[in-house]
Parts: sequence; C-alpha cells; structure tokens
Amino acid sequence: MTEKISRQEVRHVANLARLDLSDAEEARMTEQMNDILGYMDKLNELDTGAVTAMTHAIQLQNVFRQDEAVPSLDRELALANAPQSDGASFVVPKII
Amino acid sequence: MELQSLAVHQLRDLLARREVSATEVAACYLERIEALDPALRCYLTMMGEEALREAALFDSGKKDLDASPLAGVPLAIKDVICTRGIRTTCGSRILENFIPPYDGTVAELLRKSGVIFLGKTNMDEFAMGSSSENSSFAVTRNPWDMERVPGGSSSGSAAAVAADLCAGALGTDTGGSIRQPASFCGVVGLKPTYGRVSRFGLVAFASSLDQIGPITKDVEDAALILQTIAGYDRRDSTSVDLPVPDYQAALDAPIKGLRLGIPKEYFIDGMDPEVESAVRQAIRTCADLGAEVVEVSLPHTEYGVAAYYIIAPAEASSNLARYDGVKYGLRITDARDLITTYRLSRSKGFGPEVKRRIMIGTYVLSAGYYDAYYKKASQVRTLIRRDFLNAFEKCDALLAPVAPVPAFKIGEKTDDPLQMYLSDVFTLPASLAGIPGISVPCGFTTSEKLPVGLQILGPHFREDTILRIAHQFEQATLFHHMKPEIKP
Repeated sequence: MTEKISRQEVRHVANLARLDLSDAEEARMTEQMNDILGYMDKLNELDTGAVTAMTHAIQLQNVFRQDEAVPSLDRELALANAPQSDGASFVVPKII
Repeated sequence: MELQSLAVHQLRDLLARREVSATEVAACYLERIEALDPALRCYLTMMGEEALREAALFDSGKKDLDASPLAGVPLAIKDVICTRGIRTTCGSRILENFIPPYDGTVAELLRKSGVIFLGKTNMDEFAMGSSSENSSFAVTRNPWDMERVPGGSSSGSAAAVAADLCAGALGTDTGGSIRQPASFCGVVGLKPTYGRVSRFGLVAFASSLDQIGPITKDVEDAALILQTIAGYDRRDSTSVDLPVPDYQAALDAPIKGLRLGIPKEYFIDGMDPEVESAVRQAIRTCADLGAEVVEVSLPHTEYGVAAYYIIAPAEASSNLARYDGVKYGLRITDARDLITTYRLSRSKGFGPEVKRRIMIGTYVLSAGYYDAYYKKASQVRTLIRRDFLNAFEKCDALLAPVAPVPAFKIGEKTDDPLQMYLSDVFTLPASLAGIPGISVPCGFTTSEKLPVGLQILGPHFREDTILRIAHQFEQATLFHHMKPEIKP
C-alpha cells in the first residue's frame, strides 16, 4: 500500500490542529493515519460523479431569526469557568 | 419484584398510588450505587444530595407527584449533556472541572417533568469510542461480565440501566453510541431521527450526526422518555418543527401485516454465529406475530465505515477547536504566548483517540484533500441515505443486528483503531442517513451468555413504528425481565 501521508505532512496537520506530538506519538500517528486513510480508498470504488454531496440529514433551509438583541448569558456566569479573568474579560497570554 | 428492578412506568404506578415515596426510590438507587459502582464505574459525578432534596420536595407535597408522567423518577444522564451547576466532563481531562452555567434543553425538559437526576455517567471521551476505554477517567464494566466492555460511548448510562443503578438514562448516539451499548448490556436504547430531539446543551462531537436518546429497561420507558425530550427547540437551529406523536399510544398496535425488511448486507461473514442466530430467531418471532418478512438490499452498506470516519472526525475537528484554554477547560499556564497556550492545553487535555480523530478530520478538510475525502464521503452519504429510502418503499421498518459481535473483552480492540471502527458497521449507516433506530434485547450468546440486541430501523420521524415493533417483540419474549448477577 502506498504511503498516504508522510511524517512531515502529519507534523503539518498537527500544527493546523494546534497539537504537539512527541516523537513517539508522531511516529505512531503516522502509522495509524496511513492505515486509516488507506482504508478510505475504498470509497473510490464508487462512481459519485452525478451524486450531490449530502450536508444535512433532513430538508431544512437556513434558519434565521430577527436581528434583535435578546438577553444572553450573564457576564458573571460566562466568566465563571475562565482560567483567568479580570471580571470583565478572559485574560490570555500575549498574542505575539 | 425489587424496587430497583422496576421500569420507570412501574415506578410511576407505585408513586402515583403513594405505595412508595420518592425518597425511598432515590435512596434505594443511591445505596445500590454506593455498593456496586466502585466496581462498575458507571458514574463520574454523583448528585445524591440534590436527588434526596428533590425527592423530599415531592414527599412533603411541595412538588406534585401527579403533575407529570416522569415526576419522582430517578434517571442517570450521560456526561456529555450540560447540567447547570453540575460538573460536565465529556469523559475528558480538558473539561475535568467544567461546570456548565446552563442546562441543556433535554435536562431542562426532564427537570420540568419532575425527573430526579442521580448523576452524570461515564463515556468515551467526547463520545468517540465504542467501549468506554477512551474515557480519561475510568473503564466501565459490563454488568453481565466484569471482564468485558459495556460498549460505548454511552457506556455508563447503558451499564447503569442494566445493573439497576438508575430507573433509566439518557445517552447520545452519533455512530451507534446508544444502540451498541444497549445491545452489549441487554437493555433498550433508542436513537431518534436527526432533528427530533434538541441538541442545545449537548456538547458537540459531529453536528450532523449527534442525537440524544433514552436508554431504558423496556420499550414503554423509551417511549415515555422520548415523549418528554422530543420536540422543536428554537435554540437548536437543526431542530425540526414537526408535531410529536403519542409514542405510548403507538405501542399497543399489533404488528400483523407490517412489512419488515431484512437487509442482506447486514448478515456477513465474520459475524459471530451466535449473534446471527439470536437475531434470526428474533426475526422468526416477528414473523410469528404476523409481520411479513421481506429481503431487501442496502447496497452501499460496506462503504459506511469509510464515509463515517471521514465525516465525523471532520466535524469533530471543527467542534473541538473551541477547547483552547481561553474561556473554560484546562489551560496550561507556562506558555509565553497564545498559540503555545492552545498547543499545550490541547495536547495535555485530549486523549489519544480524540487527537487521532482531530488529526484525521483536519487532514480530510485541508486544502488539496477536501474533494478527495470529505466531499467524496458526503456523496457516498447521499447514496447510503438513498438506499434506506428505497428500502422503505418495500417495507415499514428494517430488522438487523446491532453489532457483529457481543461485548468484547477489555483491552481486546485497543491496539488497532481501525478494527474498533469496523465493529460499528451496522450502526453507522442509519446515523449517516439520519433515520431513527432502536436496539431491543433479543437473546444471549449460548457459550458466554452475553446479551444480543435486535436493531429496528425506521423511516425519518417514524419512531412510533419502531417503538411499536420493539414493544410487540419485547412483550412476546422474556428478555426484558432478565437481570445480570453482578459479581463485583
């Protein structure tokens, strides 16, 4: 079976997903992803040229509401699980 | 019959006649949990004090036991559903200390109906798994054989119902996570049609697949609980505004003349012959009840695993992006900057299966690969859905196994993720199509005496039909009376 994903690609995907993988984890992940993605090749047995992609299980159109402000979660409750807050906002380390 | 063995509807009869008090019922379960749960590991967070307080309100008359069909009934709730003020972990270290500031809609609806919550149950982390072995906190045991898994991801809920550690429970099903543990534990489990039950307050795994449903001791209980939680909710934009039928009224109609389709692709080489035998016997029982049995074909069944394990991880990679240590959940504080905070918190907080699915999901959605994987899988999903619609022109419901094997041993499938995925082959297609499905006990394997479930699948929004078939089948058998002998 040809390699579906290289170790380098795995590192790139981990970066996109904001995950740090140890050397051992990265090696194992590469092996397992190759295994799994290799299995997905099965879908190429099917000719889906004329088939619409299904995005939703049931026929629903966009669900809108009026653009009106309504009561939302109390600020204190919203901050209650914050790892760090100043009472008004979530406090985080600097961006850059 | 002992108090803890009673189904919800039987408890309700006793409570209504004041033959038993709400406190007696709650206390009975709490004592049993204290005695057996250290070995079974069904519960992650107990709500014992609240439960007894609620029960006392009923018994003192401050709350009315006659006000609603579920008043005074103690239920367990899977730890993926937000419960206000009560820790909700989703089986993950990243939410180990998360306390939701609101109730999910189903929790609100059940509370309003007078349900008493006993506690939050164990699950595979973020509902990703089929055994509870992906829980970051505990492996739940199958009450029928403590060396075996109860199934998953609604592991604690199914095991608690089977072991009489609650009167009933809520679980969730994305690819089979209600139906499979129900089958492994010998209890009833129902996955509603997508959109039937509000997902507001359900911590999202795969938004186009997730559904909340009841796990119960018999079919009538499933109907009772579904009645309370089903219905339109404007807070969930995928909730469907369709009237909720009277599910209990639907139960008693005999199934004579109903056409039951048997999909030939669901009886495959490699299936445990004792599982097949129990399911085929169940089909014969339905035929004896007067149903017409027809063979049908769902030709794209074999592509379900591949399609699901592209779509679900893709959606999960998006849904789990919110766990970044900013607003809630685990934050590793030694980071100098924000991105490092994200990386450290997520890497420390997520378990290996979650990471694996996030990785697959991120990959299949990434530039260059989206068409080959996610779009392709979504097209195959259309074909799978079409298979069901075609089959339902020839029959009113489908009968099938739930899983190719009975409960496996703890550790048996943990080395090979792909093998674990392949065992979901019979439950995934219905999830992809959005149709409802129920698992009802239909026997035991002869050698190991492990439960086997019969899966009944119906057209969209025909929970009434599948409940009716399940109830009629159940009443013609004795499996719902059988209880495990628990050896802690």
